[in-house]
Amino acid sequence: MDLRYLRENTDVIWEKTLEHLSLSLTALAIALPLALVLGILATRVRWLTTPVVSLVGVLYTIPSFAFMAFLIPTFGIGRQPALIILVTYAQVFLVRNVVAGLQSVDVSTLEAARGLGMNEFQLFRRVWLPLASPVIVAGIRTAFLAIIAIATLTGYINAGGLGEVMFAGINRAYPSQVLAGVIAVTALALAMDLVMRVLEQFTPVARARRAAS
Amino acid sequence: MSDRNGETAAGSAIRLDHVVKRYPGAERAAVDDVTLAVEPGEFIVLLGPSGCGKTTLLKMINRIHEPTGGSIHIDDIEIHDLPASALRRRIGYVIQQTGLFPHIRVEDNVATVPSLLKWDKSRIRRRVRELLELVGLPPDQYARRYPMQLSGGEQQRVGLARALAAEPTTMLMDEPFGALDAITRTRLQSELRRIHRQLGQTILFVTHDIDEAVRLADRIVVLREGRVVQFASPLEIVTAPADSFVADLVGADDVLRRMSLIPVASAAQGGLTGRSSDLEEISGSAFLRDAIGQMVETGADRLAVVDEDGRPVSELSLDDIHDAVGEHEPAADPTVSAGDQ
Repeated sequence: MDLRYLRENTDVIWEKTLEHLSLSLTALAIALPLALVLGILATRVRWLTTPVVSLVGVLYTIPSFAFMAFLIPTFGIGRQPALIILVTYAQVFLVRNVVAGLQSVDVSTLEAARGLGMNEFQLFRRVWLPLASPVIVAGIRTAFLAIIAIATLTGYINAGGLGEVMFAGINRAYPSQVLAGVIAVTALALAMDLVMRVLEQFTPVARARRAAS
Repeated sequence: MSDRNGETAAGSAIRLDHVVKRYPGAERAAVDDVTLAVEPGEFIVLLGPSGCGKTTLLKMINRIHEPTGGSIHIDDIEIHDLPASALRRRIGYVIQQTGLFPHIRVEDNVATVPSLLKWDKSRIRRRVRELLELVGLPPDQYARRYPMQLSGGEQQRVGLARALAAEPTTMLMDEPFGALDAITRTRLQSELRRIHRQLGQTILFVTHDIDEAVRLADRIVVLREGRVVQFASPLEIVTAPADSFVADLVGADDVLRRMSLIPVASAAQGGLTGRSSDLEEISGSAFLRDAIGQMVETGADRLAVVDEDGRPVSELSLDDIHDAVGEHEPAADPTVSAGDQ
C-alpha cells in the first residue's frame, strides 16, 4: 500500500475530512426536521402512510450521477446541489424509521396518556416521541452513514470533501491519492458510527432498559 | 387546598341520559340508550360479556370515545362543556395494560397529572410519596425504579397511584386487574375497597368477572348488547336476577356465591329462646357463608345472632339458611331495568 500521499499531505486530508463532515452534518440537519414532519404526517394521516413511504423509496432509486446531471442546469455545481441530493437520499432512512418508530409505540400507553389529560402536543413531546426515539435514532445513524458515503460522490461536482481528493487522484492516475481519500472517508464513517451508537445509549428508553437489566 | 387524603376528597355524582354510541358501519349501537344515575361516592361495577358495551360506556365518560347521542353530566357539568384534556385531568383513569410510561421512573409516572396541572415541585414530591404509601409501595424502595422493574401487580398499583394523583372525584377503571394472577387480584381488590372507603371517590369499574363485581360493587350495572339489563346491589342481582340472562351471567344458582352475599340478619327467622345465651354467637352483618363455616366448625345447628353491641337479637338455624338460599326465582319486579322487560 502506497501511503505516501497520506503521509505528505496530512493537513490537506485533515481539512478535507472536516469539510466532508461539515457537508454531511449540514445535510443531516436539513434532512432530519423534514423527515420528522413527513413521518409524523404519514403516521397521523393514515391514508398518507403508504404514498409517503413509497415516494421516499422511489427517490432513493434515482442513480446519483443522473441526479447530479439533472440538477446542474438549475443549480450549477458545488455545495447547494450536493445538499439537495444528500437530503433527498437521506429521507428514505429517516422517514421510514420515524414512521416505524411512532407506530411501534403501544396504543394503550398513548390512550393512558390521553386519558390522564395530555393534549396532543404534550402527548407527543412527553410520551410518543421519547418512546419512538430508539428506532428514530437508529434511522438517523443509518442516514448519516449513507450521507457520508454519498457525499464522496458529490465531490465530483465540486461540493468539497474527500470525494474531491479521490476524483483528483483518479484524474491524475495517482493511486496513492485515491487511497488516502478512501482511508480518510472510511475512518470518518467508522468514527461517526461509533459516536451515534454512543448517543443511542442516551435515549430515555435505553436508560430505562439498562436500569431494568 | 389540602394535600391530605381523606376528609376533603369526595365523589362526584354522574348522570347519563339516553347515551348512545353507534360506530360507523356497525349494524347495532355499541351503547344503546343508556340512562343511569350514580350517587356521589358509589362504587359502581359495569358487568357484562365481551361486546356488551361496558368499556365503550366507560370511555365515553372521559371522552376517549364520543357519544353519538344523549348527555353525560358529572356534578351537573355536561362533560362536553369542558375541553377534553381539562375534563380528563379531573378523572382518574386506570386500564388493564397499565399504560405506564416505560421510559420514566415510577415517581415521574405518578407525578404525571400534577405536573400537567403545574403544581410546584415540592408539593408534587410530597404527593408522590404519599400516594406510593397509599398503594402499598414504600417510596424509598420504589420511587426511583422503572416500570419494567416491577411485577404486574406492582405496576397496576403504580397505575392506581398515578390515577389518584390529582385527587380526582371520579375514577374510571377498565378491567384493571384482568391480567393479574388470582392471589394478586384478590389482594388488590381488597386494597381498592380500602382506598375507596378512605378517599370516597365515585368509581366506575368495568369487569366481566362476577366474583370481582360482587366483591367490589355497591351497585352493579349489568349490560347486554349495549343496554342496561339490571342496575342493583350485588345481593339483589344474585338473589333476584332480572331475567335468565342475568341469572346465567351471575350464576344465580351458585349456592356458595349466594351464601356469601346474604347477610345473617336477613335470613335468621328464629326468635330468641331461653337457650339463646348458650349458643355460639354470630354477628348479624356476617354472611351466611360465615355462619355455615361456624356451624361446621362447632357442630352446632343453631347460632345466636347478635347486633353491633353484642346483644342477641335472633337465632339462625340450618333451615333458615336453606330457605334463604333456596328461593331464587327471577324477580317479578326488577329494581331498575331498561329496555326489553
